[in-house]
This record gives sequence, C-alpha cells and structure tokens, in this order.
Amino acid sequence: MRDGNLICLGIEGTAHTFGIGIVSEDGNILADERETYKPPEGKGIVPYEAKKHHENVAAIVLEKALKDAGISTEEIDIISYSAGPGLPPPLLFTANFATKIARQFSKPLVKVHHGIAHIEIGRFLTGCKDPVVVYLSGGHNAILAFVNDSYKIFGETQDITVGNLFDRVARKFGLPMPGGPKIEELAAKGRNYFSLPYTVKGMDVSFTGIQTAVFRLIQKGIRKEDIAFSLQETCFAMLTEVAERALAHTEKNELLLVGGVASNKRLQEMMSKMCEERGAKFYVVPQSYSSDNGVMIAYTGLLAYKKGLANPFEDLVRPRWRIDEVKWFI
Amino acid sequence: MEIIKRGAEAILYIDYFEGKKVLVKERIKKGYRLEILDTKLRAERTRREARLMREARNIGVYTPQIFHVDEKNCRIIMEFIDGYRLKDILDEWSKEKIERVFIEIGKNIGKMHSADIIHGDLTTSNILIKNDTIYFIDFGLGYFSKRIEDKGVDLNLFKEAIRATHPNLLNLCWQNIVIGYMQEFDKWKEVLERVDEIERRARYVERGSKD
Repeated sequence: MRDGNLICLGIEGTAHTFGIGIVSEDGNILADERETYKPPEGKGIVPYEAKKHHENVAAIVLEKALKDAGISTEEIDIISYSAGPGLPPPLLFTANFATKIARQFSKPLVKVHHGIAHIEIGRFLTGCKDPVVVYLSGGHNAILAFVNDSYKIFGETQDITVGNLFDRVARKFGLPMPGGPKIEELAAKGRNYFSLPYTVKGMDVSFTGIQTAVFRLIQKGIRKEDIAFSLQETCFAMLTEVAERALAHTEKNELLLVGGVASNKRLQEMMSKMCEERGAKFYVVPQSYSSDNGVMIAYTGLLAYKKGLANPFEDLVRPRWRIDEVKWFI
Repeated sequence: MEIIKRGAEAILYIDYFEGKKVLVKERIKKGYRLEILDTKLRAERTRREARLMREARNIGVYTPQIFHVDEKNCRIIMEFIDGYRLKDILDEWSKEKIERVFIEIGKNIGKMHSADIIHGDLTTSNILIKNDTIYFIDFGLGYFSKRIEDKGVDLNLFKEAIRATHPNLLNLCWQNIVIGYMQEFDKWKEVLERVDEIERRARYVERGSKD
C-alpha cells in the first residue's frame, strides 16, 4: 500500500516472455521488466526451452522490478499471474514461481486470464469504453466484444493465427522470430500484388490457404518484398472486414486493436480507415504494451481482486482457458 | 434514392428500373483495401450472390427475381419484396401456422442443400413472408459446396439464430425444419448428425475442460 493505493505485482509467462510489472491502484506503472526467450534462427518456440529460459531469468527480473519501483515487499498488497491460456511448461513454471513468492511474502494470489489482460491494459491506456476488440498475436486471433457478463468471441480463425502465419513465412525467408516486424519491413518495399486466397466466413477467417499459396510464390522465386506486401494486404483486409462486420452486428462504435500484431502500422492504417468510413472511433494499444508484459497482468490482477474474481478455479493453470468462460465486468 | 439498409459491405436502396420499383443491393468500395483486391472481391461476390439466387430460384426456392446484374458497379437490381420479416411476425402466429411454415422452410433448405447451395446466413430476418409465400433473401455470405460439414454449419447457424431471437419457439421451429428437410435432401441423416457434433464441439460444452 502506498498513499492509500493498493499495489499489485503481476507476473506474465505464458509463452516467450517472462515479465513482471508493478502497478498501483491509481493507475501508476511503477515497474515493467521483461526478458524474452529467442528460439534459434529459423526455428519456432520450443515450450520446454521457454520454460528453462523463464527459470533462468525469473529471480533477476523480480529483483530488477522491485528496484525500479523503489518499493519494498511489504508495500505490495497482491500478487497476480497469468494462469492461461498458454504453453503448459512456461505456464506452470510461472504459476509455481508466483505461488512461492506469494507464500514467502504472505500476499493474496490472483489468477489472471492472459487475453483479458491484453484487452484491459488496452482499454486503460487508450481510454475507450466498450469496444469491439481485435486481438491478434502469435497464439490468438479473435474478434471480441463485451456482452452481459463476459467477453464473447464473435469471430476466430478456423485454423492458424495471422501472427503464426507471418512467423512461418518469415522462417521460410530464413528470418529470425518474431516474424511480424520483418514482414512489415519487407512489405513496405513491395509494389506488386499477387492474388492470394481470401477466406472469410461470417466473422471467421482462415489462413492455411494463404500459407500454401505463399510458399508456392516463394518457390517460384518471386521477390520477397512483393510476397510480404501481398501477404499483408490480403490478411489485413480479411481481418478489417470481419472487424467491420462485428461493429455492424454488435452496434458498438469503438474498435480496439490489441496483441503483438497490433503494432503493425499497415494494419492500424486499414482499421483506422474502416472506422473513419463508418463513423466509429479507432484505438490501438501503445506499442510498448502490445506484446506480452507483466504490467497488464498486474493491472488486471488489481481489477479482479477488487471485484472478488481472484480465484475462478482450483487448478494452478488452465492452458486452454477460454476468454468467454471468464465472468467479468467493464 | 431511398436507402433502406446500410450493412457492413453493402447498401440496399429502392430505385426504378424499366418503370418498375426495384431493390438495389450495391457493394460499396472499401477505402482500406488495396484497390485491385477490393474491385475483384466486390465483383466476385456480386456475381456469386446473383448466381446463388438464380440457382435457388431454378430449383423452386423463392428468392427475389433478379432483373439485372451491374458487375461494373457491383449492383444487383432485383424484385422488391413488400413482405414481412419472419422475425417480426413469428411470435403472433398459432402453433399450427408455425408448424406449417417451418416444414416448408425445412423443405426449401433441403432443396438448396441438394443443389449444393449454402445460404450462409439463415436467420428469421433473412426470410420474408408475403401472401403466405416464403422468400429467402441475402445470399451475401453464401457459397456453393458439396461438403456435409458446410451444410451442417448452415443448419446449425439457423438453429442458433432461432435460439437467440425466439428462445421459446426453438423446439417447435427446429423439429419442423427437420421434418421438412428430411423430405427434400437424401443425405439428411449425415447432415443432422453433423449438426449434433457441431453443437457438441461448440463453446459452451468446452467449459470446464482442463487439459
């Protein structure tokens, strides 16, 4: 507790990133420390390696976060962690680490849904109220909106996520992970559009057809820049289209873009243009908080704690925790 | 020009064509999309929707008659059906009337599925009733497919739409859809089994899974 405000320490570790954030009830971000596991060039994430990475950095990240915040452990009121969804090995390590320090420091423990944390930090930092949410990252690809007492999924991918697709294409180009920023750089220099399968069903999208077609273009020796350009234009048009359909369907007038892919400038431009054309307001999570971080877990942990939603289930983690299962409020 | 609906991808307005009052569905340009992609998509979808509507009409399912397809401007000029949306009148009907109409609706969906026509957006807003004739409208999300899965999804979406808009009438409507559907589509058994499977794998069933 500081100046009458609760203080929460949040721990994120569902995938590549191990992060600790410290946030106070009045909305001040006191610390934001992260370490990210990088798979060898041309390879995808190995869950067990990610866990080992987190094991190695956890104590140092904790010490740095406390130091940054200039805070003693007594001043912390709550400890929260991302309990799912995520890859079981790093997820379990994170849960165990959180449980141990909560016990050592004698603090209440809060289980946070990783996806809700992405949305809530986005709502908090942009000030939007009741948006249609477009949540895009390596592991997530969903169009959501709050209805009654939870975030409902209006559209999803029927196969792989757009983040995943970009990573796969980047790997084929021999570029290191994460692939998104590299694809964006290449696409900026692309000029020629090659037609790719455009698959939208209602508010769902599908990307495997694009993957096959792109691999074929690579084999044919088409310029990387043009392939990246065609890839971005097609995927983002599909996503913008389903986002618009969700806006029309839910009759909401705000759109919030969150998750790692949110930092892509072309995607932002397309979503913003679509919103402008239909008179909706467009918001995007600030780049420094678009990818996984501990701050969003700390902030959302505080919200859940105050509403008495700290412990929605008995298990330590839930690797396939669905966002629409979480009883929530906005 | 009187705009009667502004959807996510198209506008609908009343106009006059060769002296007749008609409905125009126009797919509007999307500024966010690369122009060549936008032009191609709108033209393709306009063509496909017109084809689906004509095909459905050919096999005896009532859809608005198409007078003209203006591919360049992505417009379908069609008959204006001055009827009621099923959604708005269903709750006033007697049980017998609902039975009769929903058997007919089931038959029509069966006919479409026999011809591999997937409507894509079956709801009680997309069915119009005019002088006891049932019209299917808005094939904008439709496509052609032979797959049982696609037919199952089509029927399941309709069931979910009825559940959401007329929860008390779900069983009555659904049972009669099934009775009609069985009469017109010989693979009804496989499709209905698929509908059950789709329901089983639907979200609410997954709640509580821990793995």
